[in-house]
Amino acid sequence: MNDRHDILPAGRHAPRWHTILGWITLLAFVGAQATGFAISAPDRDMGHLQKIMYVHVPAAWMAMIAFFVVFIVSLIYLWRRDERYDLLAAAAAEVGVVLTALTLALGSIWGRATWGIWWTWDPRLTTTAILLVIYAGYLALRAFAEEPERRARWSAAVGILGFLNVPIVYMSVRWWRTIHQVQSSPSTVDSAYVLGLRLNAIAFLLLFLYLLAIRYHASRAERVAEARLEEAALMGGIHV
Amino acid sequence: MSLRREVGRAAAVAWKDLTAERRTKANFNAVVFLAVLILLLFGFALGPDAEALRAAAAGVLWLTVLFGGVLAFNRSYQLELENGALEALLLYPGDRKAIFLGKVVANLAFVLLVEALVVPLAAILYDLPLLRPLPGLAGVLLLGTFGFVVLGTFYAAMASRVRAREVLLPLLLFPMLIPVLVAAVEATAALLVGDPMGESGAWVRLLAVFDLIFFVASVLAFEYVIEE
Repeated sequence: MNDRHDILPAGRHAPRWHTILGWITLLAFVGAQATGFAISAPDRDMGHLQKIMYVHVPAAWMAMIAFFVVFIVSLIYLWRRDERYDLLAAAAAEVGVVLTALTLALGSIWGRATWGIWWTWDPRLTTTAILLVIYAGYLALRAFAEEPERRARWSAAVGILGFLNVPIVYMSVRWWRTIHQVQSSPSTVDSAYVLGLRLNAIAFLLLFLYLLAIRYHASRAERVAEARLEEAALMGGIHV
Repeated sequence: MSLRREVGRAAAVAWKDLTAERRTKANFNAVVFLAVLILLLFGFALGPDAEALRAAAAGVLWLTVLFGGVLAFNRSYQLELENGALEALLLYPGDRKAIFLGKVVANLAFVLLVEALVVPLAAILYDLPLLRPLPGLAGVLLLGTFGFVVLGTFYAAMASRVRAREVLLPLLLFPMLIPVLVAAVEATAALLVGDPMGESGAWVRLLAVFDLIFFVASVLAFEYVIEE
């Protein structure tokens, strides 16, 4: 088997396209939010509260994409044993956890104003919360496992099993109870909101890619630093 | 022929683990004691209204099993790690799936034995009918415990080898077990206090599907987790 856990070459500075992507993301985000506010009328029942949808729904979509990326990249890691896939999975899990937390926080604010309660044991809400703790466990495992090659194998296994559980978790809580409204997507919301939702989905996709790129770059730089420290310690040059 | 040898190897691992446990009983006694304690504590937290206790009993019973049983899994690797015996076990020829299967069998026996003591006690403390629903209850306990033990044994293979093992195992395991908890509690409640909607069959099927998916997944993934 071809283990590629040698020192990875990585530049000290983030590549230039990171900066460019960051600016594009910011512009897309501001533009999409402005469009959402400008062109869609306040909802008849919810008023401006409805605008939460423009962040809440795309964040939820991108979180699911992020966890799917963890799943796929973890499978590829176990197959190819290339450390870069492990670092990519870790970056995707980090972004996914942040976006899941954002989804829950915004959903909770929306629920308080609409349903009168901060939290309800509704299937999608509950599934999202369970995903948050499953992938927080994934990140905890990464934090505790020190040896990089072992950490990569372990977290790949945990990332794969965690994603397999998503449909089962969802089915079980759906049978358990349901009071959520039908989920928002361009086909279920009023056409006035479709454009805003689509633009924000694109902005969030850019945001996801940008965060993924910089987290990946950072973790690679961390690995290079680790490897250099180990090497220096082995040479007896410095005390770590 | 080779399959029979693998089963033989799995049985040997299970027998070794169970013998080590039987000779000391230290872990078993501690887990049973803790489970009894949890049952009492839930009684104090929720009681003393007998009706309310009976309504909560299915959930209390499964949480007791989960919180008590989770202590068994790290232990099943720890003895070997302390003496460097895991490396020796991995050096033996043959498929490593057998090691996992053996440990699952041993842990299953351990947790089922704890349940055999805890369930009658719960029936006494929480005033539950035990004899009439016993056949169904045994089936639900077996299905729920199997899923619990499979994932517990799988995650403990990792958690037992890091410093923070006591914290890490529940962090990894309990979020994954939420479908098992929901399904097992609903099916148990249906058996204990009646099933007017006739929905326990769906929960039992959910448990069976969960068990099957994660049994296959963890058997396949175990080799990647255990390799050195």
